[in-house]
Amino acid sequence: MLEVQGLSVSYGAVEALKSVTFSARPGAITAILGANGAGKTTLLRTISGLVKPRAGAVRFAGEKLLGRAVEDIARRGVSHVPEGRGVISELTVEDNLRLATLWCMARRERQKAIEATFELFPRLRDFRRRHASTLSGGERQMLVLGRALISRPKLLLLDEPSLGLAPLVTAQLMALLRDHTQGTDLTVVLVEQNARSALSVSQDAVVLNLGEVVVSDEAAVIAADSGLRHHYLGF
Amino acid sequence: MSLFVNVTLNGIANGMIFAALALALVLVFRATRIVNFAQGAMGMMTTFIASSLLGRGVGYWWAFLAVLVIGFVLGALVERVLIRPLQGKSELNPVIVTIGLLVVLEGIAGTIYGNSSRGFPAAYSQSGLTLGHTKIAFSHFDVFILVAVLVLMTATLVLFRATSLGLRMRASAFAGEISRLLGVRVGLLLTLGWALAGVAGSLSGLLVAPTSSFGPYYMDLVLVYAFTAAVIGGLESPVGALIGGLITGLSISYVGGYLGSGLQPLGALVLLMVALMARPEGIFARPPARRV
Repeated sequence: MLEVQGLSVSYGAVEALKSVTFSARPGAITAILGANGAGKTTLLRTISGLVKPRAGAVRFAGEKLLGRAVEDIARRGVSHVPEGRGVISELTVEDNLRLATLWCMARRERQKAIEATFELFPRLRDFRRRHASTLSGGERQMLVLGRALISRPKLLLLDEPSLGLAPLVTAQLMALLRDHTQGTDLTVVLVEQNARSALSVSQDAVVLNLGEVVVSDEAAVIAADSGLRHHYLGF
Repeated sequence: MSLFVNVTLNGIANGMIFAALALALVLVFRATRIVNFAQGAMGMMTTFIASSLLGRGVGYWWAFLAVLVIGFVLGALVERVLIRPLQGKSELNPVIVTIGLLVVLEGIAGTIYGNSSRGFPAAYSQSGLTLGHTKIAFSHFDVFILVAVLVLMTATLVLFRATSLGLRMRASAFAGEISRLLGVRVGLLLTLGWALAGVAGSLSGLLVAPTSSFGPYYMDLVLVYAFTAAVIGGLESPVGALIGGLITGLSISYVGGYLGSGLQPLGALVLLMVALMARPEGIFARPPARRV
């Protein structure tokens, strides 16, 4: 269980998050929704340690995350896929995957995990020796998702995975995400501008507006509230 | 013909030394995007330490090994103490700090050891080898330079290409934030990059000293040649440093051999300008990423 309590973040005089409180449960996808500038990306970057908050607490599986180094948070099973398809362009597809296994697997296990990821994304197998810089947008998204899953995370933070992707590719990624979460103890926090798509795969949702939580409820309840949808989610 | 052969052999030996220092510049640049103008002075300082050890009766190879270790520690210390606190600030600050460090180290060496030139022993004979009945301008020491730098280059390539530590170092250099999100201890690896550069710089200092006027400023011109080599190679590629070193070594050797040694620095400058105009990104620069 991810518990975020009274999280406040400021960039100089600008308050990006104002006492944000919500929780995300294992085996479920929690969508973080809101317009540009709502604080969604800042929220994920604060959970993974990239941004230092002014106040608040973040606990995952009973452990405090705030105050730890980014790499120590990652080594506690928190996998953050940043906005903009964070592949390492200069490394090959296989090295991108291998990098995520180095801290958590013995040498023999690593290759098996890489092959298992290629089973999940067969297209990547054809490009395993190619630099990630040569991949298309959809292929890069497969790579970052595969890289995030290869370390068998307990908490997956996904920032705008559908950004710039064709609707068909987005649908495939969302379906894969749903399949990987249901019936497991994986906690997924999904930040999305495409609220309709996010709500279709999520069990819970949090709507942010100008750094504040407007509502936190089951995704189905939020999807059914036409006023809320119209006012904050644009559909 | 014999002049051409001798000038070429001399260029290869010098080029390997430039390659070693260029490799040090490359290791630092790819890790932290900084050109370390103090790299040559750090090599000078550790070579003075070697000179002190030799003066106290320590065996040559023990002194050689000790100085490589000291170069490693010095590189790590400079990164941790002087460069790390400047992270996230203006890109100019660390460059100015390395120039300051260059001046400080040369000042310290001058104060402790004096500003006049002195001798430094070579590991092997510096008299030219004899092929058949002809003596060539390539000595046992030049063979040692060739082997030592090739071993250094090979070890660096194996580290980067064939080990998980090298993969972590490459990832940290290319994408620090993403690497940290993947559990890589980036700070430690950047320090290691500087430390390895310290080893390469110390080696180049030890290799240059016997063939030059060994004093506090003997690495200054070598740094200019090494920088030229690193730029030609693309500033990020160890192989580029080797090729760039050889191109620079051969070019200035030809200039020295046919036009006069006084024109060698000018030759390096012309080479640098031609290289920047013809291929500003260097010979071994990475191809641009696909736009998506």
